[in-house]
Amino acid sequence: MAAGSPPVSSGKTAIPFYRDTRIIAIIAQVVFAAVVVALLWFLYSNMINGLRQANLLPTFAFLSVPAGFPIAESVIEYAPSMTYGRAFIVGILNTVRVAGIGIILATLLGLILGIARLSDNWLLRNVALVYVEIVRNVPLLLQLLFWFSLTRLFPRIQESISVGDLIFLHNRGITLAWPQAGNDFEAWMLWVYSGIAIGTIFYVVRRIQFARRDRPGVALPYAFLIAAGVALIGFFVTYAVNGVWPVSLSVPELQRFNFVGGITVTNSFAALLTGLVIYTAVFIGEIVRSGILAVSKGQREAARALGLTPGQTMRLVILPQALRVIIPPLTSQYLNLTKNSSLAIAIAYPDLFYVASTINNQTGQAVPVILMLMASYLSVSLLTSLFMNWYNRRIQLVER
Amino acid sequence: MTTEVSRPTSRRAPRQQIGLIEWLRKNLFSTWYNVIITVVLLYIVTQATLNFVSWMVTAPGWTAAFTNIKLLLTWTYPVDQLWRPQAAMALVLVLLGLSSGLWDGIVRMVAWGAAAISVILGLAAFTFPDLPGQTSLPGWLFMFLCAILLVGGDLLARRVGKRLRWPLIIAWLLSYPAVILILRGGLGLPVVETKLWGGLMLTLILAISGIVLSFPLGVLLALGRRSSLPVIRIFCVLYIELIRGVPLVTVLFMGALLLPLFIPGGESIDALVRATIAVTLFSAAYLAENVRGGLQAIPKGQVEAARALGLNVFQTTLLITLPQALRAVVPVLVGQFIALFKDTSLVVIIGLVDLLGAAQNIVGQPQWLGTPGGVWRETFLVIAAIYWVFSFTMSRVSKRIEDQIARSRH
Repeated sequence: MAAGSPPVSSGKTAIPFYRDTRIIAIIAQVVFAAVVVALLWFLYSNMINGLRQANLLPTFAFLSVPAGFPIAESVIEYAPSMTYGRAFIVGILNTVRVAGIGIILATLLGLILGIARLSDNWLLRNVALVYVEIVRNVPLLLQLLFWFSLTRLFPRIQESISVGDLIFLHNRGITLAWPQAGNDFEAWMLWVYSGIAIGTIFYVVRRIQFARRDRPGVALPYAFLIAAGVALIGFFVTYAVNGVWPVSLSVPELQRFNFVGGITVTNSFAALLTGLVIYTAVFIGEIVRSGILAVSKGQREAARALGLTPGQTMRLVILPQALRVIIPPLTSQYLNLTKNSSLAIAIAYPDLFYVASTINNQTGQAVPVILMLMASYLSVSLLTSLFMNWYNRRIQLVER
Repeated sequence: MTTEVSRPTSRRAPRQQIGLIEWLRKNLFSTWYNVIITVVLLYIVTQATLNFVSWMVTAPGWTAAFTNIKLLLTWTYPVDQLWRPQAAMALVLVLLGLSSGLWDGIVRMVAWGAAAISVILGLAAFTFPDLPGQTSLPGWLFMFLCAILLVGGDLLARRVGKRLRWPLIIAWLLSYPAVILILRGGLGLPVVETKLWGGLMLTLILAISGIVLSFPLGVLLALGRRSSLPVIRIFCVLYIELIRGVPLVTVLFMGALLLPLFIPGGESIDALVRATIAVTLFSAAYLAENVRGGLQAIPKGQVEAARALGLNVFQTTLLITLPQALRAVVPVLVGQFIALFKDTSLVVIIGLVDLLGAAQNIVGQPQWLGTPGGVWRETFLVIAAIYWVFSFTMSRVSKRIEDQIARSRH
C-alpha cells in the first residue's frame, strides 16, 4: 500500500466501534443503568411530591414517640407508653421467638415424618403419606385460621381442659408445666459455666493435638459430653448439699381466677406455632426422605458387608452422606418458615409484620415502616442462611 | 437299562404372589417394634376415622357452605351477569379440549380428567338451588356443557389436525386478555367493577395472572442473572434476592401502600390491580430462579455448537438455550403455580375477598350465630377440599410431565 492511500480503505478493515462487542457491552450497561436510575428517580420524585402535598414527608422521627398501643405478648418489657422503636423491636423478637421454636420443632417432626415415609411398616408409611398429601395441598393461612378457630372453642379458665395435669387449655391461652429455677440455681450455674470451660479447653487441646499429628479426629461430641457431664454432677451435688433441686418442674395450679406456676402462652402463639410446625414439617420430611434415598444402595450394602450394625450404618454411613443433600433445601425451608410467620397478622399474634402494620396505621409513615420491615426480614434471612452455609461447608465432602 | 439316571427333581418357581398372612407378617408385624407401631396406629386411625365420619354425618353447619356456594365461587359478582364467568370458563375449556385433540399425551389426560370432574360436579349440582332471577345457565347444565366442550373440542381438533396448531397457540395467547375483558366488561359489555369480584374466581385469576404476567419478567431476570455484563447481572441478583428475602405479605403490603405513591394519580388504581402487580413482581423472582436452574442444566456444548454455526447471542438464547431450559422446567413451573394458587389466599390480609375470604365472611354471617361452635369447621373443610383438589391434581400432572421428560432423556 502506498503511504498516500485514502483513509477510507483503513476504515473498511478496522471494526467500526458499533460492531465491537466490548464497546457494545459498555454502552448496553450504561443505557441499562441510566434507564433503571431514571425509573427509580421518576418513582421517587413522584412519591416525594405526593407525600409533601399530604404533609407526610418520610422521617424516622416517629421512632422515639410513645407508641400508645398495647402488645398482647412480648419477650422484653413493653408498655404502651414506650416508643414506636421499642414496639418494633418487640415485634422482631416475637418473630424470632416463634420462628426459632418453630424451626426446632418442625425439624424434629420432619425427621420423624421422613423416616416414617421410608418405614418397612405399611401402615406407618401410608399414614405419613396421607398426612403429607393433606397438609401440603391446603394453604397455610387456612390451616392457621383452622387452628386459631379451634382454640376459640377452649372453655373458660375455671373449666380448663387438662392434659395429664401438666398442660391446661383454656380461652386465655395454654398453660404448661415448666422448669423453674430454685434457690440454688446460681450455685448450680457455676458448675455449668465450669463445665463449658472444661469442655472448651478439652476441645482446643485436642484440636491442637490433631493439627500437630496431622490426623483427623473427633473432638466436638466429647467436648459436649464433658460439659454436660460436669453440669449433671453439679446438679446432683447441689441437691446433696442443700437438699433442694436447683431446677424443678413448676406445675400450674388453678387458683380462683388464674393459674399460678408454669408458663402460659397465648392461643394466637400456640395456633401460629402449631400451624407453622405442621406445615413446614411436611416439606422437611420430604427433604429428609429424598436425602436418604439419594445415598446409593451400594453404600448401605457395603457397610453391612463390612459388618456394621444397622444402627452404625445409619449413623456413620447413610446420615453423613444424606446430610449433604439435605442441608441446602433445609435452609430454604427454615427461611420459608420465618417468612410464613408473617401470616400471624391473620390470627392476631403480634409479630414483626403485625406491629409494623399497626405502626403504619397510626403514623402514616408507610415508607420508613416498609424499609424497616424489609430490612428486618432480609437480615433475619441473611443471618439464617449465613449460619446454614457455614454448617453446610463444615459437612461437605472435603476433596483434595 | 435299569439304572435310573438321577434326574434333577424339578421344582416349581417360587410363588410370585404372597398370601394375605404372609403379606401381613412382612408389612405390618415384621419385628416387635413394628407390631407395637401397627397396633397403636391402627387404634388411632380407626378412632380418628370413626369420630370424623360421625362428626361429618351429624355436623349442623354444612348448609352454610352449600347455600352460599355462589359467594364461594364468585363472591359479589352481579347475579344478572353470572353468564360472564361461565363464558370465560367455557372459552378456556374449549381451548383445552382443542389442545387435547391436537397434542395428546398429558394435555389429553388433563382435559378428560376435567371433563369427568365436570360430569360429577354436574350431577352433584342438581341439589343446589337456582339463584333468583339468574340469566346464567343453572349449575348442572353448565357443568355438563363444560364436559361437552372439552370432549367436543378434542374430537374436533383430531378431525381438523395439524392445521389448527398456530391458530390455537394464538388463541391461547389471546385468551388471557379475552377472559379479563369478558369479566371486566367494556367494548359494549357493562363494566363490572373489580371490587365486586371474589371467591374461587379471584383466587384463580390472581394465580394465573401471577404466572402469566411474571413469565416474561422472570425469564429476563434469569437471563440477566447469567449475563456477562456486570451491571445487569448485579441488578438482577439484587432484585431476585431482595424479593426472595421478604414474605409475600410484605410485597402485597408494598403494592397496596407504595404503588399509589409511586405513580401520579395512583390512588385510583384499584386494589385488584395493585395485588396483581405485587404478586407478579413477587412471582417473577421465584420464576427467575427456576428458569435459571433449567438454563444451568443445559450442556455447554449446546451454546458452543450454536456459536460455531454462526448464530449470534440473541439467536442462541432464543432458539437454542431458552426452549430447552423452559421445557426442562415445566414441572417446576407447575409446582410454582400450585404454590402461588395457595399463596394467593394471603390477599385477604390486604382486604381482597378470595375463596378463603369468602369463607371467612360466610362463617361470620349472623344467621349462623345460633349454631353451637359455629359453622367454621364445615365451611373451612369445604374450601380446604376445593384447594386440595386443585393443587393435588396439578401436582400429579407435574409428576407426570417430570416422568415423561426423564424418560425422553434416555
